[in-house]
Amino acid sequence: MSISFAMAGGRQEATRDVTFSVSPGERIGVVGESGCGKTITGLSLLRLLPEDVAHISGRLDFMGVDLATCGQEELRGIRGRRIGMIFQEPMSALDPVFTVGEQIAEGLRAHGNMSRAEARDRALEALRSVGIAAPEKRYHAYPHQLSGGMRQRVMIAGAMVCNPQLLIADEPTTALDVTVQAQILELLRDLSDRGNMALLFITHDLGVVAETCTRMLTMYAGEIVEDADVDAALEHPLHPYTSGLLRALPRLSARRSALPSIPGRVPVLGQMPAGCRFRQRCPFAVDGCERPQALLDAGNGRRVRCWRFGDLALPGVAA
Amino acid sequence: MNEAPTPTLSVRDLRIEFAAAERGATVKAVDGVSFDIFKGETFGLIGESGSGKTTIGRAVVHLVEPTAGVILHDGVDPATLSSREFRAARRAWQIVFQDPNAALNPRSTILTSVMEPLAVAGVGSAEERRVAAVQAMARVGLPDEIGARYPHQLSGGQKQRVVIARTLTMKPELIVCDEVVAALDMSIRGDVLNLFAELQRELGLTYLFITHDLSVVSHISDRIAVAYLGRLVELGPAEAVTEAPIHPYTRALLSAEPAPLPSHMRTGARILLEGEIPSPINPPSGCYFRTRCGHAVDLCVHRAPDWREIARGHWAACHFAEQFRDEETAASAEAGAKHQGG
Repeated sequence: MSISFAMAGGRQEATRDVTFSVSPGERIGVVGESGCGKTITGLSLLRLLPEDVAHISGRLDFMGVDLATCGQEELRGIRGRRIGMIFQEPMSALDPVFTVGEQIAEGLRAHGNMSRAEARDRALEALRSVGIAAPEKRYHAYPHQLSGGMRQRVMIAGAMVCNPQLLIADEPTTALDVTVQAQILELLRDLSDRGNMALLFITHDLGVVAETCTRMLTMYAGEIVEDADVDAALEHPLHPYTSGLLRALPRLSARRSALPSIPGRVPVLGQMPAGCRFRQRCPFAVDGCERPQALLDAGNGRRVRCWRFGDLALPGVAA
Repeated sequence: MNEAPTPTLSVRDLRIEFAAAERGATVKAVDGVSFDIFKGETFGLIGESGSGKTTIGRAVVHLVEPTAGVILHDGVDPATLSSREFRAARRAWQIVFQDPNAALNPRSTILTSVMEPLAVAGVGSAEERRVAAVQAMARVGLPDEIGARYPHQLSGGQKQRVVIARTLTMKPELIVCDEVVAALDMSIRGDVLNLFAELQRELGLTYLFITHDLSVVSHISDRIAVAYLGRLVELGPAEAVTEAPIHPYTRALLSAEPAPLPSHMRTGARILLEGEIPSPINPPSGCYFRTRCGHAVDLCVHRAPDWREIARGHWAACHFAEQFRDEETAASAEAGAKHQGG
């Protein structure tokens, strides 16, 4: 899948050749820094990008339906029902003028023939399942009356109430305190285990991925540069960018020592270098890196977008 | 520290209250906090929402007025200074915030922004101010030509360097760093943290480093204080606080931090706290942490624990601090013995 935007200077490619699959029960972490394309990849899966400016090419196959081309009717049947999505900021996803219970019940009724009473019971059940104490009381609360952690639970309850097969979570814990984040991560892991739900977890936080996910996709400048099991990616990264991110983590350096960093900055849309997009910042760049880079099969179900991966022994977190 | 030097900053029983939105209610943002920071030291202050960490930082540079308590700079209470003396003295205490976009005027060039505090303070001629600004920019690794640009033409890391350069023009002694790397991408956080360390070595700066990020604070700090609901719960050398924490809240906080480690390298069971941080408008009786603490007993409901020195330079406020300290000592002795044996 590639996504391009119509911009003042012509069509700009925001992501290129993003290819991956998610299986039931699998939890994939999509990591990368600002502008790497992780958020628009998540949004595009539900066609939530404005269609007049964003153009999606490629296939988005969900259980045999191509989400990129299917009709609006079919899309509505999948969006919110079989694929749920949660965001960083629950206040922008919740309607301030309805109680949280009404909002969840409303979502249910929009997706099926269900009586008011039945929807209410299911909504209460959903609130209970995300660890909200006294759901009968919270049902009648407005979003502003709840704390940040509680709102995030409500949003998850709203996404989970239809038992989706896939949940897309975009930085769902970034705005939360660390002790509350730990509770929410535990909840997401548990919901995925219990319901065999697939999870696409978009985040910049490698610690969160390590604790929550089974697989890790690293994105850089609109491309997937590495795809591996989380443990393998952390211990033996194959792409210099993944390795650079891991080495930049403060906890891995001796106290008060200088921290490794990645020089330079992410290339901007419209100024992508030819060939490897990371090569201007890569300590291992050589002649040949200016040639187009494919996402290569690295064995053991791993993929990496670096033709030199076999020659490099890159440090991970254990080194 | 045998000669017991005068601390660069001394905070004594600081209390700060705000009027809450609810009529007649007050928020005790800071509720009796004391600590000292010595010259050239990096003092880390960690806490979650409502811990009062940001308010403490603002009070230190006199952006908020304490309700009670004293803040001494080099042993001097600024309240005793004339307003003229105060204006001159306060240049030595600077603060850097999380978001450089909010700190820079989008319509001013970078050079103008860096020169501005000097102009406000009326220091030197226009040319002297320009030279000082260019020198400060060079010191933080910004080339001359950046001076002619506008904030939107710079990356987040560069903008934060501009803000630091501007601070340096005031020749500060103490800089309060409030979440200064929280808004930066991972790959450039290291650069900015390295810059702070470098400036400290070269200029002998003292930092109060406020953050919610444990990995950052434990990397750069000499000593760490942990705040919860406006009070300190623990304070000590960075190694001791992060590796042998005494207070149950510090332990929970450390265990909640997601570790970027493969599954076989993870250690210890997670302490998952129940519930959320209580409102500072209506904090619990006794120990503020007791509503979420797995060790809480009757005593904790009725009496707030004393803030006391549990080990050399290691302070905590918990009725069971001595017991937890002995457990940590035993655990590390056992780990050490195992290490020696293997």
